[in-house]
Amino acid sequence: MWNLALLLVVLALAVPAARAQQVVGDAIPTSLTGQPGDAGRGRAIVASRNLGLCLLCHSGPIAEERFQGNLAPSLAGAGSRWSEEQLRLRIVDGARLNPDTIMPPYYRTGGLQRVARNFQGKTILSAGQVEDVVAYLATLRD
Amino acid sequence: MMRLRIGLCLASVFVASLALAQGGIDKRRSGYQDMGPSLQKMQDDGTANPGMLFVQLGAQAWATPAGAANKACVDCHGASGATMKGVALRYPAIPEGADTPADLEARINLCRTANQKAAPLPPESRELLSLSAYVAHQSRGQPIAPPDDPRLAPFRERGAALWAARQGQLNLSCAACHDDNAGKKLAGVTIPEAHPTGYPVYRLEWQTLGSLKRRLRNCLVGIRAESYAYDSPEYVMLELFLMERARGMAFEAPAVRP
Ligand code: HEC
Ligand code: HEC
Ligand code: HEC
Repeated sequence: MWNLALLLVVLALAVPAARAQQVVGDAIPTSLTGQPGDAGRGRAIVASRNLGLCLLCHSGPIAEERFQGNLAPSLAGAGSRWSEEQLRLRIVDGARLNPDTIMPPYYRTGGLQRVARNFQGKTILSAGQVEDVVAYLATLRD
Repeated sequence: MMRLRIGLCLASVFVASLALAQGGIDKRRSGYQDMGPSLQKMQDDGTANPGMLFVQLGAQAWATPAGAANKACVDCHGASGATMKGVALRYPAIPEGADTPADLEARINLCRTANQKAAPLPPESRELLSLSAYVAHQSRGQPIAPPDDPRLAPFRERGAALWAARQGQLNLSCAACHDDNAGKKLAGVTIPEAHPTGYPVYRLEWQTLGSLKRRLRNCLVGIRAESYAYDSPEYVMLELFLMERARGMAFEAPAVRP
C-alpha cells in the first residue's frame, strides 16, 4: 500500500520531467523545472571550477576568473547567437547537436562509460542549475 | 567511429616513427617543453631537482639486503647500477617465463618476490619509487625504445582503444585532450601531449615523486571516471601505447612537472 503510494509519487514526479526535456529541432522549448532560472546564480555556476567547469574550456566575460580556457568559443555574445531554448539543449546534451563534441552533457546520465562511483546516476548539473545557467547565458548579448 | 579512431591512433604512431626513421622533423613535444624556464632549470640541475633525492635513496635501497634470501640488488645486478642502463626505455615488457607485460615497478617487485623472497613493495611507496627512480635514472638522455616483441601488440592495441574511448561523467577520451587539443589552455594549464618521458616524476602539486600510474589516475579523476585498481592490466596497456607513441623521444627521469 505504502509502496504503491510511493510509486505514484515517483511517477507523478517523473512524467513532467520527461515531458519537459522534449527536444524540438535544435532546442528544448520548455524549462526543465517549469520555472525561469536565476541569472546571478547561473553566473556563479559558470565561473565555478568544480560545479560548472565551463571556464576550463571556454573564456567569457567573467573578469575575476583569471585562468580561462581556449578549447571552445568565448561565451560572450552567446545570448545574441542563440535563444534560451537552443542554449538549453546545448547545456543539457550538446552531443544532440554535434556527436563529436567534447562539451560534457550536463543533464544526461545515459550512455556514459565507467563513471566514478560518487557520480554514478547523477547529472553534472541539476535541472534548476541548468535553468540558472541558461538564464545567465541569455544575458550575454553583444 | 571508435574503430576508426583506434586505427587512426595507431596509424599516427607508426607515421611518427616512420618520419623519425626518415630523418623528418619530429614535432612531438615532451611536457618539459611546455614548462617555464625555471622549472626546466630545476629539472636539469641535479642539486635542485627533488627527484634526485629519491635516486639517492634508491642507491641505498639497491645495496641493502632484503627478504628471506637476504640478498640485495647489487648481489645480482652489480654495484654501479650500470647494468640497468637502457632498461627503463623498453618497459613495459614481458618478463622471462611470463605471458603478460609488466611495467618497471612490477618488474622490480618480481625481483623482490622471486629473487629476494620478500613481500612486494606497495604502489607509490617511498622504497618502490626510489628504486624505480634509481633504475630509470640510468637511462636519462637516451631515446625511448620499446621492444619489438609481437606478443605485446594485442596489449598495446587495447591501450590504444582505452586512449580513444570516452569515459567518465564528463564523457571525454584521453585523445580529446592530448591529441586533439594539446598545446591549448585548459583553464590556465597548457595541455601536454602526454608523453611518458619523465616517470617517475617529481610533481609540484603532489610535493613528492609519483609514478606514471598515479598521473593517469589524476586524469581519470579529472574526467570523473572510475580509476582502475593499481594492479589492473589497463594501466600497463596504456603505458605500452604511450611508450610506443613516444618511441625515440629522450628519456628524462626523474623529471619535474607542475
Ligand atoms: C570540455 C570542454 C567544454 C566544457 C567543460 C564546456 N564546453 Fe561549451 N563548448 C565546448 C566546445 C568545444 C564548443 C563548440 C561547439 C562544439 O564543439 O560542440 C562548445 C559550445 C558551447 C556553446 C555554444 C557556443 C557558441 O556560442 O557558438 C555554449 C553556449 C556553451 N558551450 C556553453 C557552455 C557552458 C555554459 C558550460 C558550463 C556549464 C560549458 N559550455 C562547458 C566545450 C566545452
Ligand atoms: C638473486 C638475484 C637477483 C636479485 C637479488 C635481484 N634481481 Fe633483478 N633480476 C635478476 C634476474 C635473474 C633477472 C632477469 C634477467 C633477465 O631477464 O635478463 C632480473 C631482472 C631485473 C630487471 C629487468 C632487467 C631487464 O633487462 O629487463 C630489473 C629492473 C631488476 N631485475 C631490478 C632489480 C632490483 C631493483 C632488485 C633489488 C630490489 C633486484 N633486481 C634484485 C636477479 C636478481
Ligand atoms: C580534459 C583534458 C584531459 C583529459 C581528458 C586527459 N588529460 Fe591527461 N593531462 C591533462 C592536463 C591538463 C595535464 C597536465 C596537468 C598539469 O600539468 O597540471 C595532463 C597530463 C597528463 C600526462 C603527463 C604528461 C607529462 O608531461 O608528464 C599523461 C601521461 C596523461 N595526462 C595521460 C592521460 C590519459 C592516459 C588520459 C585518459 C585516461 C588523459 N590523460 C586524459 C588533461 C587531460
